[in-house]
Amino acid sequence: MAIDKHETPMIDQLVDGPWPSFIKGIQRLRDEHPSERINGMANDLLGQLETSYETRKGYWKGGTISVFGYGGGIIPRFTELKNEDGSSRFPEAQEFHTMRIQPPGGFHYTTDMLRQIMDLDEKYGSGMICLHGQTGNLMLVGMDSDAIQPFFDEMNAIGWDLGGAGPCVRTGMSCVGAARCEHSCADEMKINRVLLNNFQDDMHRPALPYKFKFKVSGCANDCTNSIQRADMSIIGTWRDDMKVNQDEVKAFVEKKGRKYVVDNVVSRCPTASLSLNDDDTLEVNNKDCVRCMHCINVMTKALSAGDDKGVTILIGGKRTLKIGDLFGTVLIPFMKLDTDEDYEKLVELAEECIDFFAENALEHERTGEMIERIGLANFLEGIGVDIDPNMINHPRTSSYVRMDGWDEEAAKWEEHKAAG
Amino acid sequence: MSDAPVMPIESGTPDSFQYMHPTLRKNYGQWAYHDRPRPGVLHHVSNFGDEIWTVKAASPRQLDILTLREICDIADKYCKGYLRFTMRGNIEYMVTDESQLEPLIKTLNDAGYPIGGTGNSVTMISHTQGWLHCDIPGTDASGVVKSLMDELIDEYVAEEMPNRVHITTSCCQINCGGQGDIAINIQHTKPPKINHDLVGNACERPSVVARCPVAAIRPAMVNGKPTLEVDEKKCVCCGACFPPCPPMQINDPEHSKLAVWVGGKHSNARSKPMFHKLVAAGLPNNAPRWPEVAKVVKQILSAYKENANDYERMGEWVERIGWQRFFELTGLPFTKYHIDNWRGSRNSLNQSAHIRF
Repeated sequence: MAIDKHETPMIDQLVDGPWPSFIKGIQRLRDEHPSERINGMANDLLGQLETSYETRKGYWKGGTISVFGYGGGIIPRFTELKNEDGSSRFPEAQEFHTMRIQPPGGFHYTTDMLRQIMDLDEKYGSGMICLHGQTGNLMLVGMDSDAIQPFFDEMNAIGWDLGGAGPCVRTGMSCVGAARCEHSCADEMKINRVLLNNFQDDMHRPALPYKFKFKVSGCANDCTNSIQRADMSIIGTWRDDMKVNQDEVKAFVEKKGRKYVVDNVVSRCPTASLSLNDDDTLEVNNKDCVRCMHCINVMTKALSAGDDKGVTILIGGKRTLKIGDLFGTVLIPFMKLDTDEDYEKLVELAEECIDFFAENALEHERTGEMIERIGLANFLEGIGVDIDPNMINHPRTSSYVRMDGWDEEAAKWEEHKAAG
Repeated sequence: MSDAPVMPIESGTPDSFQYMHPTLRKNYGQWAYHDRPRPGVLHHVSNFGDEIWTVKAASPRQLDILTLREICDIADKYCKGYLRFTMRGNIEYMVTDESQLEPLIKTLNDAGYPIGGTGNSVTMISHTQGWLHCDIPGTDASGVVKSLMDELIDEYVAEEMPNRVHITTSCCQINCGGQGDIAINIQHTKPPKINHDLVGNACERPSVVARCPVAAIRPAMVNGKPTLEVDEKKCVCCGACFPPCPPMQINDPEHSKLAVWVGGKHSNARSKPMFHKLVAAGLPNNAPRWPEVAKVVKQILSAYKENANDYERMGEWVERIGWQRFFELTGLPFTKYHIDNWRGSRNSLNQSAHIRF
C-alpha cells in the first residue's frame, strides 16, 4: 500500500552532499523497508521533523515509562503536534520512545549481534538506531508504548540490559584501550564492567539526587572525555620511568630532523623534562614528567608508558547545568589495579562516593557541584580519603579561614608520612 | 488471572571480548606502536608482530537499519564480521591483511562513506539529539552536523590541520554535545515565555525555583492560579527552568540564537584540559543548512590552520598568540559579552602587564 508521503522541502535539502545523510536514511525506511508499520513511522517522523525545521521549534514532550522491575532506561517521547480535534497530526510517530541499552566497553560489535538487534528493532521499533549517545548508550530510537515491554524482554533474553536514564548511575564508557592501543595503561574493559555491574541496582532504579557517570580512559589522552563529562573519571597512568628505545629515537631524529624534534617534542613538554643529547638520544627527567602523553603520542615507536601501571581517579566532572561546566579533580593520584583486592578497593571507593553523594547532595546537584558547595576537604573526610598535594593546583590564596586546628592537622601529615 | 510479568535479567554491561576482533583479543594489552599510513587509516603492531589496519569511516550516527545492514555487510566481506564505533560516531573497520585495505576503502567510498577523521583532521562532530528526539531542543543536532560536515569534508578526509579538531554541537545550553576545539551551541537571548494557566498543574514549583542558577524565579499568583514568575532583570536566559516546567518556554525561533565557542580540549597532552570560550554569538538558527554558522566555523578553522604550530590544539594556539590576535585573525567582533561575569570571573581577566603589540 503506497503511503501518502508528507512534503518535506526543508529537510530534503539535507539529503545531498558528501557526508552520509540521516534524512536519506529515514527516507529509505519510509520508501524501501518491507514493513508498512516502519514506512508509516518514518513518514510521520519526517513530517514532524519538517515542521520543526519550518517553525524552528521542538515538538516532543517527555513522560514516565519503564519496564517491569525497573524505573528508568526509557526516554519517553510523545508528539505535541495536534489537530484541532485533539488527534495527532503525525499519528504513526505520536509515540516515539527511545530505549537505552548498555553497550560493550570500547564499542566492539559483531555483525551477527547487530543483526539480532536490528531484527528485533524491525519487529518492535522504528528502524532507527543511534550508535551511540553522548553518555555511551546504544539507543534504539522510536517505539510506541506497547512495544517497550516485549521489545525489552527479547533484548534482555539475548543478553542486553537497559542503560541509565534520570537521577541514577548512568551507562559507562571506555575507550578502545588495551584492545587496540599501545598507550593503554589499564584494563579498561574490566574496570568499566566491574564498576558498572556493581551498580546495576542504582542504574535501573533511579533514586540518587541526580545522575552519576563513570568513564574509563586508558591514558591521559582521555579519549572518553572523562575529565569533562564523568562524575568519576578513571584514567590509566604509570609511576615508574617512561620507556625509551634510544635506537628508535635516533631513527626518528634522522627521519624528521633535529629542529622538528626540538620544536615539536622537547619544547612541547609541559614540565621541560626532555632534552635531546648531542648523540641524538633522548634524556628524560622522569621526576618532572607529568605523564601528559604528548611525546609518546608523537614518537609512538620510540617512547612508551612505563611498566608500573595503574590509574588516576578524578571526581566531579560535568556539563553546564546548573553552575557551569566543571572539570573532574584529582581524588586518587595513583592506584594499582592488578589483583582482585585492587578492584575491590576501586569498587569500595566508588560506593563511598555514591553513598556520600546520595546522602549529602541537594536535589539535582552533581558531585562536582556538591564538592564546590561543601569544599573538597569535607568531601574527603566524608569518604575517608586522605588529602594529597596532587589534588590542588596551588594552596589557598585567601587568609580568611579559621586555622586553630593547625597543630593537629600538621601532626596528621607527619603521621601519614611516617606510615609511608 | 493474567500471567505474572517477566522480571528483567539484570545482566548489566556485557563482556566486550565476545564481540572483539580475534586479533584484538589475542593482543589485548600487547600493542607496541602504531602509525598512520594515510588519512583515515591506522596501523597497529603488537609485541607478537601481529598487525591490524583500521579504516575509519564517516557515519551519520543516527542510523537506519537498512544502512546499518549495509555497514554490516561490508564488515562481513572484509573484516570477518567485526567492527567498532568511536566515541564520536565514526565506524572502524579492521583488517589483518594489508591487501584488503584498498578494496575496503574503495567499497566504502563507493557506498558513500568518506574515510578520515584520524590524526590532525577535523573528525566527526559530537552532537545531541535535537529536534529528532529531544524534549527541550532549541535547534536540530543531526541536521547541523550533516550540513557542517558537508562543508568541512575536505578537512575530514585529509590530515592538514595543526592538530586534531574536535567540534561539538548542542541544541540547548546544557551543552550535552560537550567541550570542543569548536563548540556550536544554542544561546537563548530572551527570558522564558510563561503560560501561567498551565504552570500550577504541570510543574513541581519548588524544584523549578531551585533550578534557577541566579535565583530569578519566584512563586506568584496570576489570574487566581498559582504559578511562577521570572525577574527578567536577573534572568540569564539559560533555559534551566524549561525542562522541569514546559509552560516556561525558552525556545524561540527568532531569539534562540547560535553561539560559537573555541579552545575546549579534554586531552592532557602538553597542556591541562581546557574549557571552550565564547567567540561568536547572535547567529541565526537558520535551518536547514545554518550557513552563517558554517561561515564563522570556517573563518576560525582557516585562521587556525594558517597560524598554529604543529601539535597546537586550538586553545593552545590562542594561549600562545593571545585573544586580541585571535579576534584580529578571525575578523570576529569583540564585545562586552566576551568578558565573563560568572563566578570566579576575575580569574579570566588579564592580571598582568603582559600585552602583545
